[in-house]
This record gives sequence, C-alpha cells and structure tokens, in this order.
Amino acid sequence: MKHIMGAAFCALLASGVAFGANAETKLTIATVNNGDMIRMQKLTDDFTSKNPDISLEWVTLEENTLRQRVTTDIATDGGQYDIMTIGTYEAPIWAKKGWLAPLENLGADYDVDDIMPAIRSALSNDGKLYAAPFYAESSMMMYRKDLFEKAGIEINGRLTWDQTLDIAKKLHDPANGVYGICLRGKAGWGENMALITTMGNAYGARLFNEEWKPEFDGQEWKDALSMYVDILGNYGPPGATSNGFNENLSLFNAGKCAMWIDATVAASFVTNPKESKVADKVGFTEAPCAVTCTGANWLWAWNLAIPASSKKTQAAEKFISWATSKSYIELVASKDGWANVPPGTRMSLYQNQKYLDAAPFAIKTLAAIDSADPINSTLKPKPYVGVQFAAIPEFQGIGTVVGQQFSAALAGQISVDQALQNAQQSTDRTMQKAGYY
Amino acid sequence: MSTRASTLAGHVMSAPSIIALFLWMIVPLGMTIYFSFLRYNLLSPGMEEWIGFVNYKFFLTDHAFFASLANTLILVGSVLVITVIGGILIGLMLDQAIFGRGILRILVISPFFIMPTVNALVWKNLLMNPVSGFFAWISMSLGFQPIDWFTQAPLTAIIIMVAWQWLPFATLILLTALQSLDRDQKEAAQMDGAGPIAIFFYITLPHLSRAITVVILIETIFLLTVFAEIFVTTGGGPGLATTNIAFLVYTQALLQYDVGGASAGGIVAVILANIVAIFLVRLIGKNLDA
Amino acid sequence: METNFKSPTGKIAYSVFAWIVGLAIFFPILWMALTSFKSEIDAVNMPPLFFDFNWTLENYTGILEQSNYFKFAMNSIILSFGSTIIGLVFAVTCAWAMAFNPTKRTKDTLLWMLSTKMMPPVGVLVPIYLMFRDWGLLDSRFGLIMVLFLMNLPIMVWMLYTYFKEIPKDILEAARMDGATLPKEIFFVLLPMAVPGIASTMLLNIILAWNEAFWTLNLTTSDAAPLTAFIASYSSPEGLFWAKLSAASTLAVAPILVVGWFSQKQLVRGLTFGAVK
Repeated sequence: MKHIMGAAFCALLASGVAFGANAETKLTIATVNNGDMIRMQKLTDDFTSKNPDISLEWVTLEENTLRQRVTTDIATDGGQYDIMTIGTYEAPIWAKKGWLAPLENLGADYDVDDIMPAIRSALSNDGKLYAAPFYAESSMMMYRKDLFEKAGIEINGRLTWDQTLDIAKKLHDPANGVYGICLRGKAGWGENMALITTMGNAYGARLFNEEWKPEFDGQEWKDALSMYVDILGNYGPPGATSNGFNENLSLFNAGKCAMWIDATVAASFVTNPKESKVADKVGFTEAPCAVTCTGANWLWAWNLAIPASSKKTQAAEKFISWATSKSYIELVASKDGWANVPPGTRMSLYQNQKYLDAAPFAIKTLAAIDSADPINSTLKPKPYVGVQFAAIPEFQGIGTVVGQQFSAALAGQISVDQALQNAQQSTDRTMQKAGYY
Repeated sequence: MSTRASTLAGHVMSAPSIIALFLWMIVPLGMTIYFSFLRYNLLSPGMEEWIGFVNYKFFLTDHAFFASLANTLILVGSVLVITVIGGILIGLMLDQAIFGRGILRILVISPFFIMPTVNALVWKNLLMNPVSGFFAWISMSLGFQPIDWFTQAPLTAIIIMVAWQWLPFATLILLTALQSLDRDQKEAAQMDGAGPIAIFFYITLPHLSRAITVVILIETIFLLTVFAEIFVTTGGGPGLATTNIAFLVYTQALLQYDVGGASAGGIVAVILANIVAIFLVRLIGKNLDA
Repeated sequence: METNFKSPTGKIAYSVFAWIVGLAIFFPILWMALTSFKSEIDAVNMPPLFFDFNWTLENYTGILEQSNYFKFAMNSIILSFGSTIIGLVFAVTCAWAMAFNPTKRTKDTLLWMLSTKMMPPVGVLVPIYLMFRDWGLLDSRFGLIMVLFLMNLPIMVWMLYTYFKEIPKDILEAARMDGATLPKEIFFVLLPMAVPGIASTMLLNIILAWNEAFWTLNLTTSDAAPLTAFIASYSSPEGLFWAKLSAASTLAVAPILVVGWFSQKQLVRGLTFGAVK
C-alpha cells in the first residue's frame, strides 16, 4: 500500500515538473563560465527583443564539467542542448562524425569571410562551417616593463627560450615576492600540456610521427621538457604544479611575476586597473622560440555549434549569428568599452582604429593568432591537426596522463627522462588499444 | 517469535526496497559488465566490437592501477584514523560542562553540511594557496616558507580536506555513545582510585568500541569513492600522487571516453569493494552482533 | 558522563581551550563567508584582510543577477526532500521487517545493500545516461529523485534497522496480546518509539542528497539542476574569482547549514547506528 502511495507521490512530483506546451522556442545553451560568455548572457535582452519568439535558457558551467556534459550528451544523442560551446579541439572531430549541423544560414550580413582564416579552417569540414567562433586566443608573453627597465633588459626581436631563462634568472627575486617567470604547471591537456606542446614544437618535436607513433622518447622533447622544468622549477613561483591560467593571472595581477606566457585573452585582464596592480606596467611580446618559431604559440577558440539532432536549428542559427556577428562586437563596445569586446575572431576588428586605441595588446594578439597554423605547426611533418593538441578523440586522455607525468617532473617526484619514458609508454598503449597500429 | 504470517509480512515489507536496490544494481551492472568486454569509445559510437578481456588486461597492467589502489587505501586509512581519534577527543571535549556548549557543538558539526565541491574549492583556494592563501600567511608570519600543499604533500592535503568533512560525523556518533556511558561505573572506578587515563582505557574506550565500528563502516563506504575533492583540487596529480580508483575510472570514462576501459575499471572497483565489504563483515560480526 | 569542574577557573580555562578548537574547525566556513563580502582584489590580498576592507555586497548582487539562484535552491529542496520521503517509505518498511522478523539472510542482505554503495558512480555513468535518455528522464526531477533515493536507501535501511533493533520486542508482544493488528502495531506502538531514529535518518539523508554532486551534475541540464550545478558555474572561471566563488558557495551551503543547526539535537539523538546500548 505504501509502495503505491510512494508511486503516486512520484507521479505527482513528476507532473509538477512537466510544463505545458509553449508557443515560443526555448533554446538551451551550454557555455563556459568565462567572462566573455557571462557578458553575452547579460546582453541577451538585445537578442530576445529582436526575436520575441525565442527564449534562452543558459547552462553555465566550469570548463571541465562543461566539456564532460556536452561530450556525453552529444555522443549518446541525449538531446539536452540546442547550442553548445565547444573548443577548436572538439569541433573538427565532431564535424567529421556528423554530430554537428552545418551553419549555412547565418544571414546575409554575417560576412563569413571576415573570420580569421586559421580559425575558419579549423572549424570547417569539406568547405562547410560547423561552428562559429565566439572568441579566439593564441599565446604570448606578458612582461613587466618596469622590472625589465630596471635590470636593463631590452627585447630585440623574438626571444628564444635560452634568453628567456637568462632573464628569468636575473629577475627572480623571491625575497621581494617577485618570481622570474609564471607558467602553467597544473596537469591537464588544456593546462600545462598546451604550453609544453608549444615549447616542444619550438624545439622541433611533435606529438606523433606519420605512423601515429608517439615521439616522447626523442631528443627534442627532452630538450623542451628539461627547459620547462628548469625555468619554472627554479625561477617560478611556489606551488607551480597547481597553477593554471587563473592562478597565474592572480599572481601576475598581484605583481608577483616578471614574465608570464599564456593566453592572449589575459591581456585585457592584466591591463584592467580594477583587477590588476600592474595594469600600466605590462608589455607584450611573442612567445619564445627555440630551434624554430613554427608552432611556438598555440591557437584556441571557443565556438558555438548546433548538435545535428537539434530540432530547433533555425532559431539556434539565429542566435549564433547574433552572438558572433560584427554588430555583437559593437554592442559590447557600446556597453562595456572597446577593450572588452571578444577578441581574435574577426579581421575587421583589427582594422578598427577605436579598438586598436583602446587595446594596446591588439597588434600582438593579431600577430600571434595569425602566425598559428593548426596544419603546419611542427618542424617535421605530422599526421594530426592542431598546434597544442592533436584533434583525435584519444588525445584528451593522452594529454591528461602525459600532463600528469610532466607535472610530476616539475614537482621533482620523477626525473625528466622518467617522465618522458612514462609518457611514451602510456601513449603507446593508448594508441595501440585504440587500434592505430 | 516469528510466526509464519509475520515472516511472510516481513518478506512482503522488505521486498520493495530489496527489489528496487537489486534492479538499481543489476541493470547498470549487467550493462557495465557487457561494456567491459567491448572496444567502446564514446566518441566512436557504432564502432563497438567484442574484444574479450583486453580492457581488463589494460586496466590491471596499467601502472596507474597499483598507484591508485595504494592511494585509495592510504586515503581511506588515514581519514579513518584521523576522524576516529579526533572524534573521540572532540567528543570528550564536548562532553564536559563548558560554557556555550550548544553553540560550540554547532560549530564543530558544521563541516558535515558543506558540499564536497565547496569544501575542496575553499580549501584549495582560500586556505592552501601557497601565495595568497591563509595558511601561507600563517607560515610566513611564523617565519617559515609557506607549504606548497599540492606540490609537496598533495595526498596529505586531500586527506586533510576529507578528514575535515568527516570529523563531525565521527564526533556526533562518538559523542552520542559517550553520553550514554554509565556514570555510576565511572564514579565507582574513581572511588577505587583509577586516574582519568585508566578510566579512559578501561571504561570509556571499550564502551566506544561499537560506535567506532559504526564510524569505520559508514565512513569507509563513502571514502572509497572520494572524487569531488580530487577533481576540484589536484586532478589526480602531480603524477599519480592523488589518483584513487574512483578518479582513475573517471579519467577513463570522461577524459579518454573509453567506456569499455572505464567499465572494466568499474567492475574491478566493485570487486575490490566487495573484498573490503567481506573484511567489514568480519569486523562487524564481532562487534555488532552482541 | 559529564564532568563537573571543581573550580570555576578550571571551567573557564577548559572552555577557552574548547572554543579555540571549535573555532579552528569552523574557521574555513567563517573565512568563506567573510571573503564573500570582499572585492576580488581584496580577496587575494596578502596579508589577508580580516575586517578592515571595503565590505561589499556586489558579489551577491552580481550572482543573483547572473543566475537564477532560487530555481537552483528550489530544485535542491525538491530533490533532497523528495528522495528522502520516498526513501523513508521504503526504508521504514524494509528495516521494520528486518528488525522484527529477521531471517538467516538478513545480515547478508543488509551488507549487500551497503556494498552497492561502494562502486564509483562514474563507472556506470554511460549505462545510466543511456537509460535515462531512452526513458526521457534526463534533466527531470523525478529521475534524479529516484537516483538519489536509490543511492541513499542502503544507508537509510541500515540506520533504521539498527535503531529498530534496539526497540524491546516485549512491547510488541504485549501489543499483540492486546489484539493490535499489524498496521496498528506500527503506528501506535512502534512509530512513537522510533521517531528519533526516523528523524535523524531523514536529516542525514537530506544532507547527503543535498550534497550529492556527481549525478545531480551529470544528469541535469537546467530544469532539474540543483545547487551543485550552480556552484559549477562559479568555480574557476578566467580571471579573479575567489570572492564571487565564496559568495556562491555561501549561498549554496546556507540553507542546509541552517537546517542542520536547527535540527542538530534530533540528528544527535538518533544517529547511533546501533552503537549505543
């Protein structure tokens, strides 16, 4: 009897959940909790007033959680989201599998040709665009002009990692709370691996050779990882192994880093006097090279895409068109100022004098994004697409495990050789298990 | 006393729970066992193929497996020791007639109400951050180098966070048990000239043994699958320093999207859990049957 | 076995010591609440700022503007109470039967129930997700209530079983002699005696369900998303986030913390798991 009562109660609750038919189309949008997306969320009134028949439901999640949610959902065809925010890693894999709807009706004034070519090619498959870039970033070096000046250091042309090491030695002054260099040390394919892979590229290394065999046992990786462990381990802040983008940002903003190599989007944070103690003292330059500059800075974009199974493709495309358009950029500029517009996706932005005046980092950002090429990012030929990652489904797992080994090397738990050997071994196992050879 | 009718009634009444739990366990478990024999990457649907025990072979020969098994045991063991000893001490403390005992008890049990995710975020950022964290400030004020928790002692840091969360639970149960201790017995012992330490070891501790068993049992169930604290803070690293079995299965399932491998890992975890359960049965059989 | 202090100074000294320990345990929560009233830049200030900072509510107003806190909180309440109520119905009957009509297999069944809780949930995520998709339960409160109910059922049964077992059987016999029927036996004899145990089981279960962060995050999207999902939208964004995170965390734990504070006496009374004779 109680069982039945329980069931009845369940049914009651369930019926409370179901809501009646709704005339308007509700779009469920999954997105990352980064500042630019939060801003988009706040500006949605502009969209809904132009499209009164569409309502928006935001699902904002921290990056790792978002990624696992949207990937589980799209792979099992769960149909929970109408628009997903995905990275340049997922976009080509998913597009190839036919999981994304091509974006073909973005409107007459959308101007697809204005999208940065490197990013557009990363998001296209067979000539069709499968995701629209919301903002894009490369990596570059941010440094303290005042500290450089005091030590008499001048930057002429693009730095090498050896020169960077010398500067870090000179400026490292932990007694006064200034560390030579801040770099990502937190394990993860999108954290320390993003940086270390670009360092590897600079030293002439690659993730896989043409036969999909990993190459972590080569001399190039050894050079790159040794440099990383040396420079960050000896001239970095304490706790470097748990520092990701955010932790380094707080350090840099608090004036504790002489140099910091990270995402170009950091530029607008470190120059914002409300958040940064060193806002007027920051200089920008390219990420260092070693034996080559090819692939020495990464390329990443957050993009909006529609799952192929969505039944609301039309409305979703309307929204994507709005959020990634030139007029959205102008909308942000009018509300929050030009320095806060989503960067890196449209060439026209970098021809806009108002933006160039407001954003001292614009030219360097453009140069960095322009020079990153996901196809030709290594000295030797490679079978994969992606600068700081390989766009294959297995890479996330590989990057995570290898990233952990590298962070263990940084922590001094194991030697550089041991870390590379473990990385080689586990990657080899994964690739073998996945049937690459 | 059980007549046939009441036995029947007993079966009828316990059946819904048992059936519900049985279904909840057996349906996913059956699917998991099936998946564990497949090459099944979530990102390559439709490409599943039967590969026999390959997933098990890879999982069990992975050097990460033994590291994580060891970490799981260290984590569970350390937290149990800390919470039981801490719980007894705090229980004894709260059992005295002190000022503001009610409020104090509220303060002490509060950590139990905090979400593991929030717990981890607060400890990682506000407290243990080696540059701007509160502990770093304490170290520096005392003239020491701040401890770089997640590099120098990552597993210890996790143990501290988890122990903080579970200490109130142990305290509550042990305090309840302490309060039920017969005062006459204690007073009689005092009359006989027994000191407080002797009283503790010969009267209090034996009285607490059942409560301690319960704490160990319940906590073990939850501690075997600690996940949020690791996910939020260290991501299992550096290296494999903080990867436990639950986190290892997670990396397979949601980072490598290797459903086959994760299923095999899940099955191995279930088998290990059952070994622990058998061990616990022994423990409880002795202590709870009386 | 309360000790009475012989001298008032001893009591004071001991109280001071106890309060220091208690405050140290509570400190992380206090610090979180304090940080939630700071600006982001004050939150990372070194040395830490205790009271001499610009107190601000901007984190709270920002959060309430950005996300629908009350929707998340409402879902947390519905999920934790819903799963607890259903759980109680099942667990009380089950535990009652096990305690008063034990069979040879009762103990094994109980331990088997508990062992179902030891599997890492992530290992069965994909099977469960596929089933939820097929049954249309993704992002439904009903589906999550069922999951939470099943997850915590073993603990509830165990707790109630140990509590019921302590109820002297003679009383039931006596009631039966007086001709009480089974339902009457439960409602008029057993339940009044079992109330403390049921109350604390309920509270413990509400706490566990409120804090469950794996299924509630992975099986919901927006309609059914509780406070654990709310937290996930404030942890580690790009940029400084400590103050905002603290405010979001405070909002997420406040309801359950208050419930816990007010009901701690009930919680203590029944939280014995048979450990007290």
